Amino acid sequence: MSDEKKFEPKIIGFLCNWCSYAAADLAGVSRIQYPPNIIIIRVMCSGRIDPSFILEAFKDGADGVLVAGCHLPSDCHYISGNFKALRRVTLLKKVLRDFGIEPERLRLEWLSASEGDRFAAIVRDMVEEIKKLGPNPLKAKEVEA
Amino acid sequence: MDEKVGAVLVVGGGVAGIQASLDLADSGFKVYLLDESTSIGGTMAQLDKTFPTNDCSMCILAPKLVTAGRHPNIQLITHSELEKVKGKAGNFQITILKHPRLVNVEKCTGCGLCAQNCPTEVPNEFDQNMSMRKAIYVPFPQAVPLKYAIDIENCIKCRLCERICPAKAVDFDQQPETVKINVGSIILAPGFEGFDCHLKTEYGYGRFLNVVSSIEFERMMNASGPFGGKIVRPFDGKIPRKIAFIQCVGSRDAQLGNNYCSAACCMYAIKEAVIVKEHSSNPLDCTIFYMDMRCYGKEFDAYYERAQGEWGIEFVRSRVASVTEDPSTGNLFLHYVEIEEPKEEEFDMVVLSVGMQPPKNVEKLAENLGIKLNKYRFCQTDTFSPLETSKPGIFVCGAFGGPKDIPESVAQASGAASKAMCIIATERGKLIAEKEFPPERDVSQEEPRIGVFVCRCGINIGSVVNVPKVVDYAKTLPNVVYAEENLYTCSQDAQKLVAEKIRQHNLNRVVVASCTPRTHEPLFRETVQEAGLNPYLFEMANIRDQCSWVHMHEHEKATEKAKDLVASMVAKARLLKPLKKPTIEVTPVGLVIGGGIAGMTAALELAKQGFEVHLVEKKKELGGHLLTMHYLFEKDDNPQEKLQAITKAVMENDKIHVYTGAEVVDVYGFVGNFKTRIKRQSGKEKEIDHGIVIVATGAVEYEPTEYLYGKDPRIMTQHELEEQIAKGEFKAKTVVVIQCVGARNEERPNCSRICCGQAMKNALKIKQVSPKTEVYVLYKDIRTYGFKEDYYREAATKGVLFVNYDDERKPRVVDEDGKLKVTFWEPVIKEEVEIGPDVVVLSAATLPNPDNKRIAEMLKVPLTKDGFFLEAHMKLRPVDFATDGVFLCGMAHWPKFIDESISQACAAAARAATILSKKTLDAEGTVAHIDEDLCIGCGVCISICPYKAIAKDENGLAKVNEVLCKGCGTCAASCPERAIMMHQFTDEQLIAQGIAVLRRATHG
Repeated sequence: MSDEKKFEPKIIGFLCNWCSYAAADLAGVSRIQYPPNIIIIRVMCSGRIDPSFILEAFKDGADGVLVAGCHLPSDCHYISGNFKALRRVTLLKKVLRDFGIEPERLRLEWLSASEGDRFAAIVRDMVEEIKKLGPNPLKAKEVEA
Repeated sequence: MDEKVGAVLVVGGGVAGIQASLDLADSGFKVYLLDESTSIGGTMAQLDKTFPTNDCSMCILAPKLVTAGRHPNIQLITHSELEKVKGKAGNFQITILKHPRLVNVEKCTGCGLCAQNCPTEVPNEFDQNMSMRKAIYVPFPQAVPLKYAIDIENCIKCRLCERICPAKAVDFDQQPETVKINVGSIILAPGFEGFDCHLKTEYGYGRFLNVVSSIEFERMMNASGPFGGKIVRPFDGKIPRKIAFIQCVGSRDAQLGNNYCSAACCMYAIKEAVIVKEHSSNPLDCTIFYMDMRCYGKEFDAYYERAQGEWGIEFVRSRVASVTEDPSTGNLFLHYVEIEEPKEEEFDMVVLSVGMQPPKNVEKLAENLGIKLNKYRFCQTDTFSPLETSKPGIFVCGAFGGPKDIPESVAQASGAASKAMCIIATERGKLIAEKEFPPERDVSQEEPRIGVFVCRCGINIGSVVNVPKVVDYAKTLPNVVYAEENLYTCSQDAQKLVAEKIRQHNLNRVVVASCTPRTHEPLFRETVQEAGLNPYLFEMANIRDQCSWVHMHEHEKATEKAKDLVASMVAKARLLKPLKKPTIEVTPVGLVIGGGIAGMTAALELAKQGFEVHLVEKKKELGGHLLTMHYLFEKDDNPQEKLQAITKAVMENDKIHVYTGAEVVDVYGFVGNFKTRIKRQSGKEKEIDHGIVIVATGAVEYEPTEYLYGKDPRIMTQHELEEQIAKGEFKAKTVVVIQCVGARNEERPNCSRICCGQAMKNALKIKQVSPKTEVYVLYKDIRTYGFKEDYYREAATKGVLFVNYDDERKPRVVDEDGKLKVTFWEPVIKEEVEIGPDVVVLSAATLPNPDNKRIAEMLKVPLTKDGFFLEAHMKLRPVDFATDGVFLCGMAHWPKFIDESISQACAAAARAATILSKKTLDAEGTVAHIDEDLCIGCGVCISICPYKAIAKDENGLAKVNEVLCKGCGTCAASCPERAIMMHQFTDEQLIAQGIAVLRRATHG
């Protein structure tokens, strides 16, 4: 791979089955175009997302991580999993810098099943933002070493 | 002979017939599904995409075809016709004539060797004769049953097929066969016939090659169609640059005798224009010539808006007078009048949006069955019995009851199934067999052997993603021992193939890279199960909805992403474990929220099927909107009398418990086992146990803020006008009616569906009680779809004046010294007109019930952007929620007329019956499991579980109650000792999914 090649961020998205994954599907059926930088990992609930999954993704070179769940306060299919995701991601963001990762690389969003357009907009926006930040610093270090 | 029979005959194997069959068969009844064709599928199988979601038609239909084809309680009787019907509701004796297929279906494996070698080619009617097929054939590749048939008329009897067939299935001695069956009820779903465009001579169909019908165009657009999805001009094979769509061909045409509106053409024309533009690599202009754009369905107007804005489709309001051709180029000239000016425009191609007509030989069918047809030869039904024919025990659904689109046909199909069940409720379960799977193979000692099946989904994936490259890549992944591509992995033949490959290559994990698991996972799981694998040894990579459809112009990157997605799922598949499904008991009791016509109908249907029901109504009285209705279109129907009869039936039914002045305040539990608290206005609370919920909370009328409403008693809504007329207080000499008040504007872009009909009803009533009163209706589009078009014509004939307005020139209403003055633009004379009416009537929008939000949160179901409830799938699951055991009907779903609410209510009851009729359900195997060796008994999971599904055991360690666990996995994310394994979404699996993609990026 040539160095000249433009930086294309790799983003991992942890999406809950009921609202946010459905929103991503809706973007598809509505043919709303967005950049192909995100790979979605489906979980049943945003409350399933262990902070260690996110750290692991960054450790393996993800340039960004999106966590998405059902809208607060009460859209969660499992009653309150979204609140748990909120707490965990908020805390993780606070310590992310200690690991050498800009907190902006981690995003938490609430998406309902009818928000296909908003899902696409979020991905577009995230890709732009991360392009400005550049590649995951951990990955850069690895290459140097 | 009077004994009731627990079986149902369904006539017609289109999407409606299939849905009715599935609901019946899943509720404990034997079904005979009869179709004239050699395969089920109907018209929907021929369509390319479906509006408003742009889902590929075959993709969403194929799982239903397959499920119906392999259901143990559905017997397909194809290539056959109904010959004689005797008996009465509860016990009909049916004689069916089976035409010879000349192929033994027991022996035919569908290998296709016969067709490959058959020397006789004949026009393929499935492709509207635009391609050829052999004399031995299946109508389309996903046909169910996938059994060949010989077209006797065209076969030259060379008998090559007979010699070549490895299964020895060809049988030239087959004779017509008479089959006799007994059933308790009959459902008619014979569909419709497309209008014959030759009859509309002025458009040149049949004379000008580049004039095609919309159904031909659907086939042209289709990837498996005659031109592989490429649109070419029949005249010269060139790609068209400018296409015209002409609406209402064979509809709204009194000269041809079809005054009715065909209800679906406006939307399918927009869809065809949008899709063809989307697929065209060259610039392409599409223009739709219409009289009124009738986008009255759920979120249809939003689709129409996008077509105009984002997709740049042109819309011209005009009835095209004629089409002429330049014989040297094959180009076509449309002659039409727009705003009183004659015009002519040249196009490369013309698509005629053909209307729906009753099916062929409908008179014979009606005579055979003894049912009445209406004046257009569709099945006769009534407002309050939209699913009943004139003969007890025989029901109707789909387009045979009147032109309609797919979701309404599907809702009616489920509704008709409920009606059919009510008659033979006592016979439930008597004639059915349980589905049996082969014993599960023990794979615990085997290394993972993964098979990857990459679906082209016609051109949906294949035109963007390089599928062969993805297959090659998959073969390089660890533990993948087999990979291949399929045109449609979900088709019945591909399903068989997957099962074969599992056996042949001893696969123990399967990954299908296709569409979304949210719609297709159940189908594929069943397939792996039929091949002897545990259903959880299966995963899906979503390379369509989340790849090819959203990166349509980046083929290379989309291919790379598809590889990533496959790598990710293969990584997960390697770690999959077989899981067991816990069994849950079902409480055979229903809860219906809302006591309007929809809620009451749903409750009655459930009760008639033998289930106990709790019906909760917020108001003090049952009846909902119907309480304010004083007359209907049909002159002799009195809505209040009907309402009283229905209310009485509800109150007197001892299976129905009615709670008026009561609200649902808390819902706890899940499918089969809900617990709900109901609070009465007195403050008294009651807790009930039930297995399902039906939401029928209705809608409310918009209170206008425009046109002086509320400031002047002479300005009123349609409801208020109706009240005034009913009380005999109506005296106005001049009335102005303004349509779309509070609808189709920026705040609420969608149409409220019922207001045009209401306006016609009230305008006609005015003309009846006061024939001299002048009535002006100011409208954007008149949307009197289906047979309601008759009332529009009647109103126009009786002198009601219709004036079109648009957003730029909205009418103005002012009070000038106590006199009302309405000013509006008259587009024909091109002048502002001022009139002084005595009364201004506003057709106010229908808004979602403000309670929806609270109820949606309690039930954990979604709402649309407008605030109506959002069903599981707009096309094929119109009354289901994605959450099991919760259903939807009536205006809570979208504004609708009485007959439509009743159909949906019956549908919700039928869907509910598929659960309530079972003693137990298989719950999901995806539950949490706690490793006793790692658990330290800290109790974090116990406090965090939203379902109280975890408790301490006798050793002080946490233990999961598998029946209560819903599989959210939040406990696993919180366990400090990592002692909790969330099955199917384990830490290892989810982390491996990420690693597979990220390592590939770094090293690739």
